[in-house]
Amino acid sequence: MMRFNGPRAHKFAESPVLKLRFPAWRSRLMALLILGSFAILIGRSFYLQVLNNDFLQEKGDSRYRRELEISASRGRIVDRHGDVLAISTPMKSVWAIPADVQLSPQQLKQLAAALEMDAKELSRKLASDKSFVFLRRQLPPDVGEQVAALRLPGIGQDKEYRRYYPSGEMTAHMVGFTGVDNKGLEGVELAFQAQLLGHAGSRTVIKDRRGQIVEDVGSVKSPQDGKDIHLALDAKIQYLAYSQLKQAIIDNKAKAGGAIVLDAKTGEILALANWPTYNPNNRERLSGAQLRNRALTDTFEPGSTLKPFAVAQALEAGKVRFDTVIDTAPGRLTIGSATISDAHPHGALTVAQVIQKSSNVGTAKIAAMLTPLQMWDMFEAVGFGQVSRLGFPGEVSGRVRPWKSWRPIEQATMAYGHGISVSLLQLARAYSVFAREGDMVPLTLTRLEANEALPLAPTPVFSQQTVREMRAMLEMAVQPGGTAPKAQIPGYRVAGKTGTAYKIEGGQYAKKYVASFVGFAPASDPRLIIAVMIDEPRGAQHYGGDVAGPVFAGLMSGALRTLGIAPDAPRPESTVAGMQVALRADAQVPAKKPAGKGKL
Amino acid sequence: MARLNLFLLVAVVVCALGVVTSQHKARKLFQALEGEQEKARQLEVEYGQLQLELSTWATSPRIEKIAREKLRMRTPEASKIMTANARGVTP
Repeated sequence: MMRFNGPRAHKFAESPVLKLRFPAWRSRLMALLILGSFAILIGRSFYLQVLNNDFLQEKGDSRYRRELEISASRGRIVDRHGDVLAISTPMKSVWAIPADVQLSPQQLKQLAAALEMDAKELSRKLASDKSFVFLRRQLPPDVGEQVAALRLPGIGQDKEYRRYYPSGEMTAHMVGFTGVDNKGLEGVELAFQAQLLGHAGSRTVIKDRRGQIVEDVGSVKSPQDGKDIHLALDAKIQYLAYSQLKQAIIDNKAKAGGAIVLDAKTGEILALANWPTYNPNNRERLSGAQLRNRALTDTFEPGSTLKPFAVAQALEAGKVRFDTVIDTAPGRLTIGSATISDAHPHGALTVAQVIQKSSNVGTAKIAAMLTPLQMWDMFEAVGFGQVSRLGFPGEVSGRVRPWKSWRPIEQATMAYGHGISVSLLQLARAYSVFAREGDMVPLTLTRLEANEALPLAPTPVFSQQTVREMRAMLEMAVQPGGTAPKAQIPGYRVAGKTGTAYKIEGGQYAKKYVASFVGFAPASDPRLIIAVMIDEPRGAQHYGGDVAGPVFAGLMSGALRTLGIAPDAPRPESTVAGMQVALRADAQVPAKKPAGKGKL
Repeated sequence: MARLNLFLLVAVVVCALGVVTSQHKARKLFQALEGEQEKARQLEVEYGQLQLELSTWATSPRIEKIAREKLRMRTPEASKIMTANARGVTP
């Protein structure tokens, strides 16, 4: 940029220093030295920027880049109306790196108070030679904030989740529970683990000196919360099932029991209760007996509740009609070396009365008209000896022996439910054959949307004619003269069958019983199927009709009311004319008791 | 030539200052966003806790107990229940 203008420019060239004469090597040496040091600089920068780049980059990043985990929560489990059965809520766990902790006695006291721990135990934990110790886990978030406010060196916190089960022991067997690491261990928590599980995301950020996030670098992996599971369960019906079952078990001094409510139209499991049960929120001192989901995982010899199947098969095959007379006198029947007997001897009974009075002899005689293969096929078709494919952990298939090895006496006993074992769930599902138009509906744990198609098509088993006749017989069993008048529900037509089976102990039938009742209502258009099983009633009564029947009645009437299903039993005052009169009478005095009905 | 250079110099300085301010503003906004997101997370946690509380208060045993003991409600007998057809009533 400089310009020579005029004579004054020569001053630059006339510096006295330039006039000095030096030996030529001195300038060369200087040039060489300068070149050499440039070469060293370039070499060094090459070393730092290229050869050692990764290491240095990492060191730099570690000073301000942080990878943060974004936690995802586990999905909720809710009932069909959206009521929460299981929910995760964040908790804090407080940890320490003992080597970094230096607390004054005052601070130690504060920390112990905040953690609600004994100061001695706290100092013992802090004296540990481990590099990392948890001081307390699963603390409420506000306690975590208190601890953070103390700003103690070497003490840190982690976020973790705790699972809560608001309905507690009521739904324990259905919902199950998770372990500390948020993994399902039982029930729906285990069966739907894959859907419930959330996937944590992550993001990389730059933090400034004060620990504030300045910006995101790189891509953010967003967390995926676990999906909610909508069970078919109805919390109200579940409560009814649980409370009725519990009461019956206390009243009858029984050992255990189970109850299942199914929706006959859709195959949804509306309730599933077991006793004994446990509180999933506090699982200390749990015993195996409490954990067992009896309705699904235990099989038992069902006894008379199986009679309708053999009889329906005989009706279906045209071997008998509902009014065919079977002679059951004198209440005993000898097949081979074994004798079958009735609890109360009857004389000649029609097929319908055999079901109504629950005659073993009559059923055995009817079953004898069938081939073993016919009976085995029918057992197979209604799902005995097969897992119900619910995906529920621990589900059992029960036991039906291959038909080729059946002896006549075995075929006879199987017809009335001995020598065959089923689970309560299988029994309830099998009755859907009678509660529907002869087809068996696949069961589902999760809620189906209104008008949603069934996940699997129902499988036809019996003809509509057979089912209609069998329904009428099962209705007789609940009426006076049947085995279970206590299962009646005022206002509704009920159909069902009792069962009282002896328990096997050490290969011998002991004087212990399993009382059961399976039925459905309203009989004119069945909506609900309920199966009740009471194990070892030790009270004054042990018959299915006396022990399990009342549970059925209480549960069914409550469930029908909850679902708002109209009564179908003909009652004098509910005839159309009577109703109109009643309505008119009501209309004449509208102001008198308008609020009376709202109080239902 | 000199004027152009001077103009370019001023332009560069102005741009540089602009970059600095916008970077600063971006960080401020980012921090505000962070804060709001944190708040959203906290509200979500609170919502979960409230749901838990709600379902704990609304358990069926508790409702039945209050209905029966405190409010003295009872199930009507079957003979006192009347049903009316909901014909013409759209659900």
